[in-house]
Amino acid sequence: MEQQLNYNGREVYVVDGTRTPFLKAKGSPGSFSASDLAVSAGKELLARQPFAPNELDEVILGCMMPSPDEANIARVVALRLGCGKRVPGFTVQRNCASGMQAIDNAVQDIASGRHDLVLAGGTEAMSRAPLLFNESMVNWLSGWYAAKSFSARAKLLTRFRPNYLAPVVALLRGLSDPLYGLSMGQTAEKVAYQFGISREAMDTYALRSHQRIATALDSGYLTEIAPLYGTNGQSYTFDDGIRRDTTLEKLAGLKPFFDKKFGLVTAGNSSQVTDGAALLLLASRDAIKRYQLPVLGRIVDIEWAGVDPTVMGLGPVNASVPLMQRHQLSIDDVDFWEINEAFAAQVMGCLNAFADERYCRENFGLQAAMGQIDQERLNIDGGAIATGHPVGASGARIVLHLLHILKRKQAKRGIATICIGGGQGGAMLLESVNEVQA
Amino acid sequence: MSNGQYQHWQINKDADNVVWLYFDKANASTNTFDASVLDELADTLQVIAADKTAKALIIASKKTSGFIAGADIEKFSQFENEQQALAFIEKGQKTFKQLADLIIPTVAMIEGFCLGGGLELALACNYRIAEESTRTRLGLPEVKLGIQPGWGGSVRLTRLVGPIVAMDLILSGRTVDGKQAAKLGIVDAAVPKRHLERAARYYALTRPEMHKPAILAGFANVHWARYFIAKMLRNKVAQKARVDHYPAPYAVIDNWEKLGIDDEQAFTAEAHSIVNLLQHDTARNLIRVFFLQERLKALGKNTAFNAKHVHVIGAGTMGGDIAAWCALQGYRVTLQDREPKFIAPAIKRAFELYSKRLKKPRLIQEAMDRLMPDIHGTGIAKADIIIEAIYENLEAKQSLFKALEQQAKPSAILATNTSSIPLDEINVVLQNPERLVGIHFFNPVAMMPLVEVVQGEQSDAMVVKNAMAFVRAIDRYPLPVKSSPGFLVNRILMPYLMESMILLQEGIAPEVIDKAAVDFGMPMGPIELADTVGLDVCLSVADNLAKHYGGEVPQKLRQMVEQKQWGKKTKQGFYTYKNGKPVRQKAGSAVVETNQIADRLILRMLNEAMACLREKVIEDTELLDAGMIFGTGFAPFRGGPVHYAKQRGIQATVIRLEELQKQYGERFKPDEAWQKLIEE
Repeated sequence: MEQQLNYNGREVYVVDGTRTPFLKAKGSPGSFSASDLAVSAGKELLARQPFAPNELDEVILGCMMPSPDEANIARVVALRLGCGKRVPGFTVQRNCASGMQAIDNAVQDIASGRHDLVLAGGTEAMSRAPLLFNESMVNWLSGWYAAKSFSARAKLLTRFRPNYLAPVVALLRGLSDPLYGLSMGQTAEKVAYQFGISREAMDTYALRSHQRIATALDSGYLTEIAPLYGTNGQSYTFDDGIRRDTTLEKLAGLKPFFDKKFGLVTAGNSSQVTDGAALLLLASRDAIKRYQLPVLGRIVDIEWAGVDPTVMGLGPVNASVPLMQRHQLSIDDVDFWEINEAFAAQVMGCLNAFADERYCRENFGLQAAMGQIDQERLNIDGGAIATGHPVGASGARIVLHLLHILKRKQAKRGIATICIGGGQGGAMLLESVNEVQA
Repeated sequence: MSNGQYQHWQINKDADNVVWLYFDKANASTNTFDASVLDELADTLQVIAADKTAKALIIASKKTSGFIAGADIEKFSQFENEQQALAFIEKGQKTFKQLADLIIPTVAMIEGFCLGGGLELALACNYRIAEESTRTRLGLPEVKLGIQPGWGGSVRLTRLVGPIVAMDLILSGRTVDGKQAAKLGIVDAAVPKRHLERAARYYALTRPEMHKPAILAGFANVHWARYFIAKMLRNKVAQKARVDHYPAPYAVIDNWEKLGIDDEQAFTAEAHSIVNLLQHDTARNLIRVFFLQERLKALGKNTAFNAKHVHVIGAGTMGGDIAAWCALQGYRVTLQDREPKFIAPAIKRAFELYSKRLKKPRLIQEAMDRLMPDIHGTGIAKADIIIEAIYENLEAKQSLFKALEQQAKPSAILATNTSSIPLDEINVVLQNPERLVGIHFFNPVAMMPLVEVVQGEQSDAMVVKNAMAFVRAIDRYPLPVKSSPGFLVNRILMPYLMESMILLQEGIAPEVIDKAAVDFGMPMGPIELADTVGLDVCLSVADNLAKHYGGEVPQKLRQMVEQKQWGKKTKQGFYTYKNGKPVRQKAGSAVVETNQIADRLILRMLNEAMACLREKVIEDTELLDAGMIFGTGFAPFRGGPVHYAKQRGIQATVIRLEELQKQYGERFKPDEAWQKLIEE
């Protein structure tokens, strides 16, 4: 059956993927830079392949906060992985969905026939987000460097004020909406208000996320994680944000984090600031035949949608619905879902919106609501509340893991979707594939 | 300007009337000085001096291998008498003086190695410009051959940078790279290759001020200052080398103290000093060692084997360090072990090694990127060479190699780092047993240059050769040995260690035993060596070797191991250890016969060496000497164990062994192989 797709061209397959353990930011810069993380995952991924790294056609990475030495981090990572000087690379940004955007670009390049074999994904070292000189300090320093005489310098010294030293915390700025003056957490509060989501419901959801990923880890379902090794002799094998010991009581005891006095969103029912990388190998049918590659699945279609930035958490709904409509899918036709857990409130807000007649009418012109997503088919191995949300990587992580879920459950179809700071949503329709026909 | 009639030199003149003199030694890949080269150089300098239109002279090399490596060492070893040696030295001095006396400004344009006579030529120029990278190395390493700089190096370098810097370089024989040389003042500028010629021309034509030592440094050349400095220098050298073992550095200090650098006498003293040193055994033996080194380096040449990917199994002390070393040498390495926590310490040690060696963060990162922890064994299918370094258990190794044979590339070398399990017991499980060789590293990998390449009964000769080529490619010296317990180095070392413990049991203080060995010229005494290796390791090796070759393991050793006193790692062995160093007691007043002790220790080594020769563990005496020098640090100035025995006199050595046999037991009985040596 011919379906209209959001891009033109050949079918695009996912061959394989790897991610690092996700490591919580702990207040001081972490042991690994964003490129270190991507290189670690990439080394393992490429080592498994029958072709050499220099046979890739390009490398695309999503990353929101590369360090000053990581300009166009995709190219830096490609060179460090041994792809050689001839493999080009570029870096993309779409806030929290940068990893998914990288996959989108890879899909377009393969579908259009430009490339056959692409390494795409995302990486972030949020713990290494910089402290910056504030504007007054920068201006004072420019004056200082330009000053040519002793008296000019002396004058400048008298103008210096201690509050010039107060740094700008780049991380906090990045996690706030630049136009509407709300932090991401506050947008989740708005979503909770819009759909009447209780504190209890959020905490219950959060607890389940930790429990589900602990189970998945113990059952060996997270095979895509490749260990990280530090130069200090430490090794990391799983996401260290997972709290096996957390309980509803403990979660209930936490104070609200974003709206200090009366809020509902806490550190416990939000995703954590985290470092990590996730990479996927995408290929055309030709490449799969040429190198005899195994196949995880296929990226069928992609949708990006814009929403009100103050309720950015509902982005997944606005991206998924048009996607489903285009393929004439009902909620039940989707076997498994990954909705990135930026905040428990936000995921639950999405579930409510899918099932809300007014929301679906006002946003999509539908007669009735899309329906209720079965929570036994949603984020079944846990999500970002437990693993953490390295901004550049999450979009890639959920695509990769959903493909693994589909394979494990012998299911056909899944949607991986993510809300985006600034008011967007991204969604990918995935299909499990065992073998590529000639 | 004529060009064609010189074999080794080429003269060009550019548009600015700058003369370019290129050294391109005929039929050689490296520029070195011999008589014909010096004669031609003298001719060209004469021609250049007579040319009235020449504005300046720039000397450079046409070889891609480097600038100039120094004098041709082979020539040094071929002098039949003192007069020949003196004549050669004086020829060089005279020619370089010609260069120094040229009126026009002279520049040495240096890229790659610039050592010994090569640096001396550069020092005879007014200016030196060097390429700045680590590939460019400058130094005066003559003391390492038991001689000293003889073509003006000890005088001109000291004039240029002052005695503190100059003596440091000359007495240690160490080399510095382009950047360091510029910092020290040895070269006037260190520049990237893209500016080298332009910089040379700049110095030639604009003639900036020539380098002078700092005032304080120059002051140190004054007569009475030399007395104190010489004293300090002698103390410093004494920490590393004794005057009776290594006379060369002391000769340099003596000459400088006596004559300083102002007089022409200093040059004459240089020349005569070398001639004297050449008469000493040390110089002859160190030159011999140099050629032994060249022989090891030549092993494994002419093979098509070109490894790119190394897979190491077992991330323990040896496996982890082998993997780190290979990645440092530029290889892609996968390091496998059962769990991440076993590999993680190896990654830390690799980082420490790279930080020490490479220093620059970018280079450290590059090396770390080449090293990949591999818990799933993904690297096996792609590796060109697989090195097994798991624990010493036959069944474990057998099942591992059986699996490897299935997964590895057909052309991959299968190698084991085992030190105690015979190759021919491991390879019984293989379909192609000829693929298995031993590649036996020593601990610590980064510091021990020797690697035994072990051939079993079934090992294919080509595989062995390729393994040796690989060892060379990772900048180690391969030593081909036959598979038998202990191979060469450990087998010969064991009786030395065992005898030291017998001496201990007889009541002799460990300090005395060790001193006897160090006085002989060993780098470390046997008691301290045993403590450093680990008494538990010593015992297991000793038991293993005793099982095959007979002999008794001293009771004391077993006792110590049972009491968990394993040496340095447990802070208590035969010595007590504080901060990693042994606590030594002061010498007692008892009269001890050091010679007797030394003979017992060394002759047991020699006897075992003979056994190894007889059993063809090693092919010939040269390789044996090379193996012991580079594998254990056996007194290099003695030229190796067999060479030492020959110098002492084979007959005399046998007689001494028989004496010791009468006094101390059958273990001193001269091996049959001695007889053969006598007959030769």
